[in-house]
Amino acid sequence: MQKEMAYSFPDEVLKHVFSFIQSDKDRNAVSLVCKSWYEIERWCRRKVFIGNCYAVSPRMVIRRFPEVRSIELKGKPHFADFNLVPDGWGGYVLQWIAEMAGAYPWLGEIRLKRMVVTDESLELIAKSFKNFKVLVLFSCEGFSTDGLAAIAASCKNLRELDLRESEVDDLSGHWLAQFPETCTSLVSLNISCLGSDEVSFSALERLVDRCPNLRSLQLNRAVTLDKIANILRRAPQLVDFGTGNYAAELQPDVFSNLAGAFSSCKELKSLSGFWDVVPAYLPALYSICPRLTSLNLSYATIQSPDLIKLVSHCPRLQRLLVLDYVEDSGLEELASSCKDLQELRVFPSDPFGVEPNVSLTEQGLVAVSLGCPKLQSVLYFCRRMSNAALVTIAQNCPNLTRFRLCIIEPKTPDYLTLDPLDAGFGAIVEHCKDLRRLSLSGLLTDHVFEYIGTYGKKLEMLSVAFAGDSDLGLHHVLSGCESLRKLEIRDCPFGDKALLANAAKLETMRSLWMSSCAVSFGACKLLGQKMPKLNVEVIDETEPPDSRPESYPVDKLYIYRSVAGPRFDMPPFVWSMDEAVKILH
Amino acid sequence: MAFEKDLNLDATELRLGLPGTSDESAKNQTPATLRSNNKRALPEESMSSNATASKNCDQETAPLPKAQVIGWPPIRSYRKNNLQPKKSEGEISGIYVKVSMDGAPYLRKIDLKVFKGYQELLKALEDMFKFKAGEYSEREGYNGSEFVPTYEDKDGDWMLVGDVPWEMFTNSCKKLRIMKGSEARGLGCVVLKKGRKKNSPSA
Repeated sequence: MQKEMAYSFPDEVLKHVFSFIQSDKDRNAVSLVCKSWYEIERWCRRKVFIGNCYAVSPRMVIRRFPEVRSIELKGKPHFADFNLVPDGWGGYVLQWIAEMAGAYPWLGEIRLKRMVVTDESLELIAKSFKNFKVLVLFSCEGFSTDGLAAIAASCKNLRELDLRESEVDDLSGHWLAQFPETCTSLVSLNISCLGSDEVSFSALERLVDRCPNLRSLQLNRAVTLDKIANILRRAPQLVDFGTGNYAAELQPDVFSNLAGAFSSCKELKSLSGFWDVVPAYLPALYSICPRLTSLNLSYATIQSPDLIKLVSHCPRLQRLLVLDYVEDSGLEELASSCKDLQELRVFPSDPFGVEPNVSLTEQGLVAVSLGCPKLQSVLYFCRRMSNAALVTIAQNCPNLTRFRLCIIEPKTPDYLTLDPLDAGFGAIVEHCKDLRRLSLSGLLTDHVFEYIGTYGKKLEMLSVAFAGDSDLGLHHVLSGCESLRKLEIRDCPFGDKALLANAAKLETMRSLWMSSCAVSFGACKLLGQKMPKLNVEVIDETEPPDSRPESYPVDKLYIYRSVAGPRFDMPPFVWSMDEAVKILH
Repeated sequence: MAFEKDLNLDATELRLGLPGTSDESAKNQTPATLRSNNKRALPEESMSSNATASKNCDQETAPLPKAQVIGWPPIRSYRKNNLQPKKSEGEISGIYVKVSMDGAPYLRKIDLKVFKGYQELLKALEDMFKFKAGEYSEREGYNGSEFVPTYEDKDGDWMLVGDVPWEMFTNSCKKLRIMKGSEARGLGCVVLKKGRKKNSPSA
């Protein structure tokens, strides 16, 4: 029995103190101190983050936290980005919206990632929340411009509408005109994902005109270069801007107009867009380049010389996204010009070509690692790598927190020695003690997993493809990586043993994805039986897993911890290994 | 004569390309006078004279593409959709274009990237084909010569070499043709109208 300390603080005071505690981790800790703190805390928690929408039910969230104003939900597993999760798998937001509509009338912010959002959901949001301010739909799908029209029309104080990387059904471009004339509150608008005729440009101009606080605007590809100047002149306070199409016949008056418009934006720090770039128009940016901290040129199919020229004007660059047209020479220039670089992403221009189409190799990344001491986050697609290069990179950049390397051809060995790349990745995890995210590629044996298990103590997310020799590899990771939250594996010879031996570990993680591996149906059933706090789901689009012998490997497996039990919205090709569900079947 | 008339090789030629790749040339149908200038001078040309067909040649000679593994490399669909189709080798490591000359029974290939401007290009062409291009002026094109350098641009139009800024030329030139002066004069009229054409928003 706990002797109650004489808390001379009334609840109100504690509440006030707690209001300064924003991080979820700290709030969770606060709630564990004692019952009264749990109670006080839960009444004043305003923001909830749910990393897996199936880990908990809406009812449970509402019951514990009755006064939430902001919610963030994530749905499909990450590999859905690469078409590994069949359509109809799940991640529907409607049920959440429906329940929150009744429970949280003051809900102001909804952020969703990889969820299915219907027009019905959007209409419900528009109808239910009078103080709605922020809607972020990151990589979502299932809605059309009709749903957007409902949001625009009803949300009088909308601050943020961000549709980044979502798939939207084009029905009409006039939804933008639904923002009432009285709406002047927009701070951020990202419509870069919309297809051609989905935006009424005049409505957009008028909207930009009447929103003096607009800081972030990402246009879509349909907006042509000649229109950019008009928009920029209406919004010189922009901090973050995404151009549309950056192509036009070179005309001096268009150029000077554009250059002038850019130079009038004294606070512009971040640029993106740049579809179909005509290099001759890049110098229009030169006046703002010295201030730029973030540049996304990953749609710009321009060659290395033009990229080099642009980048050399941006000494303050912290973040660069670019296609591999930048080549090693461009990255060497980057390394010498941009000493503040923290994040680099290099995407492949010809991902399915057999032969390299550009001169981009491991050398480019090595150069950046040498020249940019603040480098923390790397995503790099290339066609060859060596252990020596990886060791050099690891030694040059001990502060890496995210390292994702994709050598395009699976199982590619060290091109110099023909060895597996175990030692190279081993060096990465050994030297980069704060590494939180790692994606592997190339020829890899169980040894690399031994290194990862030994050194990857802060690793939270690991992505593995075409790697390893046996269950030992998986066992190293599950038994060694103390901070592991998300593990996604495809096409690896990992089977039942490691999984069953480390079943308890799975309850400490958010989720595990395994596809085209060697986990048997029998093992999945066993796991489902023994671990009630895990949802073990088998995905098979061809036939029911129990129509084959139990020793047969399953096609795809998704395991996640949950306090909500098995979900009710599984499509026919998803089977729950939960005992209770099986009985009902 | 310098070129075949209306053999319409397009319609009959066999291709290894995907069905859609013939669209480019179909889209560029323009008045007959101009079109006739596009006709391939020699049968050998028919497989590879334009960018579309040269892609097909790449497919012929390059190793067969591997069967694609689903979801690999790990790139999001919208990124794949945003990339232009694989550029033919000429566009990355050098800008190789074919050069023909009316009356000459052979073709040559040159890399536009090695030249810094029109002066150097013209000198090289003159050396290659042993002719003199004459004086260029914006108003009147090439004066006082039997031969006139022309080029076919991305839109399928035949233009006078020298009319547009060098960089734009190297980005849009698909092939060169040194025309007989008499043919070029007819071309000159159409070329003068090019300003209007070029202003339309490109696809």
